[in-house]
Amino acid sequence: MNAVLKLLLEGEPLDAKQLAQILAFPQAEVDAQLATLKASGIFLGWRAVLNPAYEEDRTVRALIEVKVRPEGGLGYDHIAGRISRFEQVETCYLLSGAFDLLVIVKDASLRKVASFVHERLAKLEGVQSTATCFMLRAYKEQGYVMENGSANLDKPIVSP
Amino acid sequence: MDTTQRFVAKHVAALPKSGIRDFFAIVSQMRDAISLGIGEPDFVTPYGIREAAMQALEKGRTSYTDNRGLQALREGIARYVGANYGLEYSPDTEILATIGVSEALDATLRAVLNPGDKVLYHEPCYVSYAPSVILCHAQAIPVSTHASARFALSIEALRTAWQPGCKVLLINFPTNPTGGTASGEMLAKIAAFAHEKDLLVISDEIYSELTFEGTHTSIASLPGMKARTIFLHGFSKAFAMTGFRVGYACGPAPIMDAILKVHQYGIMCAPIVSQEAAIEALANGRDDMLRMREKYQERRDLIVRRFNELGLKCHLPRGAFYAFPDISSTGLDSMTFATRLLREQKVAMVPGTAFGPSGAGFCRASYSTSYGNIIKACDRIAHFLDTLHA
Repeated sequence: MNAVLKLLLEGEPLDAKQLAQILAFPQAEVDAQLATLKASGIFLGWRAVLNPAYEEDRTVRALIEVKVRPEGGLGYDHIAGRISRFEQVETCYLLSGAFDLLVIVKDASLRKVASFVHERLAKLEGVQSTATCFMLRAYKEQGYVMENGSANLDKPIVSP
Repeated sequence: MDTTQRFVAKHVAALPKSGIRDFFAIVSQMRDAISLGIGEPDFVTPYGIREAAMQALEKGRTSYTDNRGLQALREGIARYVGANYGLEYSPDTEILATIGVSEALDATLRAVLNPGDKVLYHEPCYVSYAPSVILCHAQAIPVSTHASARFALSIEALRTAWQPGCKVLLINFPTNPTGGTASGEMLAKIAAFAHEKDLLVISDEIYSELTFEGTHTSIASLPGMKARTIFLHGFSKAFAMTGFRVGYACGPAPIMDAILKVHQYGIMCAPIVSQEAAIEALANGRDDMLRMREKYQERRDLIVRRFNELGLKCHLPRGAFYAFPDISSTGLDSMTFATRLLREQKVAMVPGTAFGPSGAGFCRASYSTSYGNIIKACDRIAHFLDTLHA
């Protein structure tokens, strides 16, 4: 795997200068590799990860199971691509199993998510049915376990 | 002087005060310092191992165990040591689970040393080696190693240090604090020396999985050495389990019987929950161990390169998770360098003299920390060096 990409995926927030130090590359080389990774659609970008329990974040998230009827000649990709373009849609996966697409939607309120489902999603040509599950509580978010406090406050900062 | 001092045993009172006690006291007041001083993994124990410990508690596994440790743990250790070190030990008579390598070392020394016996050990080394020998009313005989030879133990130095009454040779490869390892050729010479002088070898191999170049060889696996070696190992470093406190000793049954006596009267047994966690580490912890080792190696390459760029000559340590840069070019001694760096730039490194006089002119930097911390610490060290040269 590309060395710059490998470091990025490890999750430590590192800027291009730090990446260059770690990899012993000139910073221009790191910048160039980052640009190539982005341009080629391999590295999509950075997002801050928020604790869903943060009180000032009033948004609502829902997981929607969507059954679709692939349109003639276009297959799943076409309808999944259309669904994915809505700003409310965070994630869209084609799955094996009882339904076809798993769509994760985020919006400002329960009413807005519901409105999106019945006004937009359900009306798309090829969508046969939807089943909406509202997220109640997160226990782990994108690799972060929701825990109170640090486990290592008592760890000595020097030991033999 | 406090009159209660008279109750303290003479050999304990005579133990030299650790030269870094004052340094540790300063560090403990500066929790916002960037620490390159940690002698343990920065990783939390892999969750599967923690889960095994919790399941043990849920099942009510809260009793003593066999003094030697759980049978399943000893069988797991036998398989692991056999597969990774080429050593065959009987789980019934030749393996003892202990409270970390520290207890394994202490019990072994107490089991084999008579008052006045002498123990050869190479330094710089882990801080407890000489005191553990002295607590047995025995004599600790240091064998210095040097940066010019990448802190390798030389047979010539061993011969020079040897004296009548030497009974034990205590070795530690990879070495804390230098990260030095032992080549097969060097081990063969040490083994020949042990045969020649009829020495028992106590081999602390706690960092052996963290060998980055070449493969680790245990001296016990060399011809004829199993009969005169106590192999010490544990879970703290490779599996990030320092707080579980579980290690083990393996050796010939008659010596293990003696070590067992010390262990059973002093300790009874290692904690059962930790033993259960260790069983899980042996069964399913390899992938996590390899992942952590890869991280250490990458961090090592970064910190050693940065030290050399800064003019702090640093050999490439082949094992453990410590770099041992030469700070003598600054004109400061180890303690002054570490203390001033801590006070002026809030970066904690351990003075090399904490590991014996042979560590003079060096400091130990643990790279068991994030890339961000290593980079920030090196930037601050660069600034510190600039102020020294100004």
